[in-house]
Amino acid sequence: MALRTPEQKADEVAATPTGTGRRSFLGYLIAAPTLVVAAQVGAGALAPQAAQAAIPSLPQPEELFDLGDLQDLAALSTSTMIAIQLNTDGTASFALPRAEVGQGITTLVAQLIAEELDLPIDKVHITLADARPELLFNQLTGGSNSTRSMYTPVRTAAAIAREQLMIAAAAKWGVPVSTVSTNSGVVKSQSGKTATYGSLAVAAAATQRTSIQVQLKPAAQFTVIGKAQNRIDALDAVTGRKTFAMDLKIPNALPTMVRRAPTVNGTVKSVANIAAVKAMGGITDVGIISTGVAVRGATFGQCIAAVNALNVTWNPGPVDAESDATIAKKLKAAELPLVVPPLPLLTQAVDDTFTFAFASNSPLEPNCAVADVRPDRAEIWSSLKVPIAAVQQIAQNLGLPQTAVSAHVVQGGGSFGRHLFSDAAIEAAEISRKFGKPVKLMWHRTDDFRHGRTHPMSTSRVRVTYGLGNVISYEQRHTSVQTDFTHGLGEMITAMAAKLPAGNFVGFSESIFELTQSVPYNFGVVTQLLNETFAYDAFHTGSMRNIYSPNVCVATELIVDRVAAKMGKDPLAFRREYLKDARTLAVLNKVAQVGNWGRAMPAGMAQGIAVHNEYKGAIATLVEIDCRPATVNRQVKDAVTGPRVTKAVVAVDVGLPVNPRGLEAQMLGGISDGIALILTSSVHMKDGLPLEGSWDNYFYTRQWNTPLDIQVIVMPPTTGQPGGAGELGVAPVAAAVACAYARATNTAPTSFPINHGTLSFTPLPRSVIPPEPTDGLSHAF
Amino acid sequence: MPSHTFKLNGQQVTVDVPDDLRLLWVLRDVLGVMGPKYGCGLDVCKACTSHINGKAFNPCSVRISDIKPTDEVTTIEGLPATVGKPLHPMQQAWLDFDVAQCGYCQPGQIMAAVAKVKQARAAGHEITDADLDELRNICRCGTYFRIREAVKAGAQKM
Ligand code: FES
Ligand code: FES
Repeated sequence: MALRTPEQKADEVAATPTGTGRRSFLGYLIAAPTLVVAAQVGAGALAPQAAQAAIPSLPQPEELFDLGDLQDLAALSTSTMIAIQLNTDGTASFALPRAEVGQGITTLVAQLIAEELDLPIDKVHITLADARPELLFNQLTGGSNSTRSMYTPVRTAAAIAREQLMIAAAAKWGVPVSTVSTNSGVVKSQSGKTATYGSLAVAAAATQRTSIQVQLKPAAQFTVIGKAQNRIDALDAVTGRKTFAMDLKIPNALPTMVRRAPTVNGTVKSVANIAAVKAMGGITDVGIISTGVAVRGATFGQCIAAVNALNVTWNPGPVDAESDATIAKKLKAAELPLVVPPLPLLTQAVDDTFTFAFASNSPLEPNCAVADVRPDRAEIWSSLKVPIAAVQQIAQNLGLPQTAVSAHVVQGGGSFGRHLFSDAAIEAAEISRKFGKPVKLMWHRTDDFRHGRTHPMSTSRVRVTYGLGNVISYEQRHTSVQTDFTHGLGEMITAMAAKLPAGNFVGFSESIFELTQSVPYNFGVVTQLLNETFAYDAFHTGSMRNIYSPNVCVATELIVDRVAAKMGKDPLAFRREYLKDARTLAVLNKVAQVGNWGRAMPAGMAQGIAVHNEYKGAIATLVEIDCRPATVNRQVKDAVTGPRVTKAVVAVDVGLPVNPRGLEAQMLGGISDGIALILTSSVHMKDGLPLEGSWDNYFYTRQWNTPLDIQVIVMPPTTGQPGGAGELGVAPVAAAVACAYARATNTAPTSFPINHGTLSFTPLPRSVIPPEPTDGLSHAF
Repeated sequence: MPSHTFKLNGQQVTVDVPDDLRLLWVLRDVLGVMGPKYGCGLDVCKACTSHINGKAFNPCSVRISDIKPTDEVTTIEGLPATVGKPLHPMQQAWLDFDVAQCGYCQPGQIMAAVAKVKQARAAGHEITDADLDELRNICRCGTYFRIREAVKAGAQKM
């Protein structure tokens, strides 16, 4: 393989073909009163990318075939239909089998339909589909896979619908179809006749299922895809009309809360005063459940009082003896050995281990669900990313057939991995069954931090060898408290593992790790391995925007900076020299140019630069950080201030940006998350429980940590296929911040977030809900 | 059960609830006003931010018995009415900058922003970056940067 200069590699970006060509796609007319067109979901294109090499590294599994592909492929084998319906009022409806949790997928899908159907976007109505067990793996929102999996089927159905409307109009007017056209929801004839889509919806309806081939619009003709589109739910959001699970008015679903154990997974031994608590004002029901003691009452305020009045004796949980330090020891013991290859003379090594604390994936909306369980059926409302798994689990727990359980997917107030699990829905169903009444279950914020899921602690050891002016090997051993992946992908992975091109996957975590992780550099012999410790359900764990990438990428990029320094090279120049892929090089060059890499800065301030590839996308970040004492020690009440990232520049290439404005929003979220992971936000595990219990303990980025200068550059289309975006931004931002911090402070940080060593708050008491404040009026402004 | 009366979004309302029930639960569980969101119940996240007599406050941390019959409570639902238009300029700015992601924090963000702009003006200046740094509202989707842009733009139309 020939060596290329950075300029040659960058040229290839421009030469990459865009658009999807004029292939035909298959869809179906469905017999219905108005026009309904369906298409199969799950047709993902597999497009292996070749590696370019300084010393060529063999392509790693992620580069050939990533997690999204695996989801696509599994979906293909079990796929069925999604359908668009034309209504007589001229609107189109589509029930999206995905969760909307803020990532903007409903807006994006509306764009796809508007594009191919030639209908104004405000006439496209997107709702979230109830659990549809027949869809199997096609109803999982995760792995930044939604856009990729919906892109072709939704457009196919919309394009067929447009053609059918044209056929119906042509028949009505007795003219050839070739002489009619569409414009913004209206079919037109050459002689000037017009018919609205609404007026044709019934005439265009099919009487039997028919398969139809259609060609999709070439990219050059796109007028909606690729254009900035504001969110279709924005008006509801800013007027308070957007409805979340706890805003639903389900008859008799009264507020319900749970008293939880003083340690993770602790259980109730006995309750001394159930009758007395049941007699408290407003309280209707009290009962022991598998996760604590449930209380139902007229208001949440009365539930809080009742929860705290309970006199409970607890059984221990499985990790009562575990704290940060004991867990760190177990991680060290579980680390897989490095296999240093035979090395030429004069080879040197950089070798270090990085530790990442537990972190909370809690959204602002806490775990919540409404459940109405009757003897013979159950109905659930919640933000569910894997609604089918929720239905299966609830049916099993209640002893009901799956068909007797319906789950309504409600818009979520964030997810970040949290809603891959249906903890609140499952618990609400148990309580509703126990009380024989509908319940509106809300977790208290403090419980959400302590008993809700966390991204587990992990370590990443990296050893790089170099000599004779080149990098010879890169080895990474990632070791983590086991992440719970029992949200339904498990079966799919087992079924699919044998088909993987790289083969030899032992368990689910290893598969996910291999499918999501790769080193973007030509570093000779590269190995990245994962080992995990603790049972998957010892702690409450889960993914967090995203799974391994932020931690793995931070470790990689910090070591890259150190190797570059040892080899006497500038961090940017070094990355340019060793990057494998032209798209990554292009985004790196972009942020270096826009962010003015290398500009002079005062002592205590510095830049950091980092890259990442995942989800068929390439992204680079440049940040500037201020670690000067006046900034670090600025005072904000009950806050961790510390270093401030003053500027962030992100360049992102997702292959095809369907909605650049939405993509930019996802990058802004990634910036906030990346800063938090490195500087401020973590969970301290102490004697089997997170100490964090409020947003003034868990220091997620706030306004006083937000950079005042942010630029997001959305690269023009490169591959013609949309990659994932929801999670892409976190890893490179975290890495760039870590690199900038190291440079600004002239230190070699190995433990993140950097403030984790100091407990900056007084922990709230265990097991009880903290008292509701009464002095709110004195803080009015 | 004690009876409590106050003005909510321009209308006099009366509720029969215990004295120590926090106003957030009166709004959400008793009156069905769902704009103010629950994010902590600890006066920390600011998702429930509303106005009392034109000032931002957090109803999760105020007992109903501390609200006087003459107090005017405004939630996001009542905000547009303060300018007699379908949307308050701050809400319009939120649309223009496409701020919301999941949207859960945004009613509270908008209510806090309006009060912050007024507070700065009462102190004799337009809103600054230092003022914006004082906004404590959590946005777990990380929309802070667009919030800053929107507040500055919305302020100009207020
Ligand atoms: S719910 Fe009122 S401040 Fe958090
Ligand atoms: S938009 Fe989701 S919490 Fe702010």
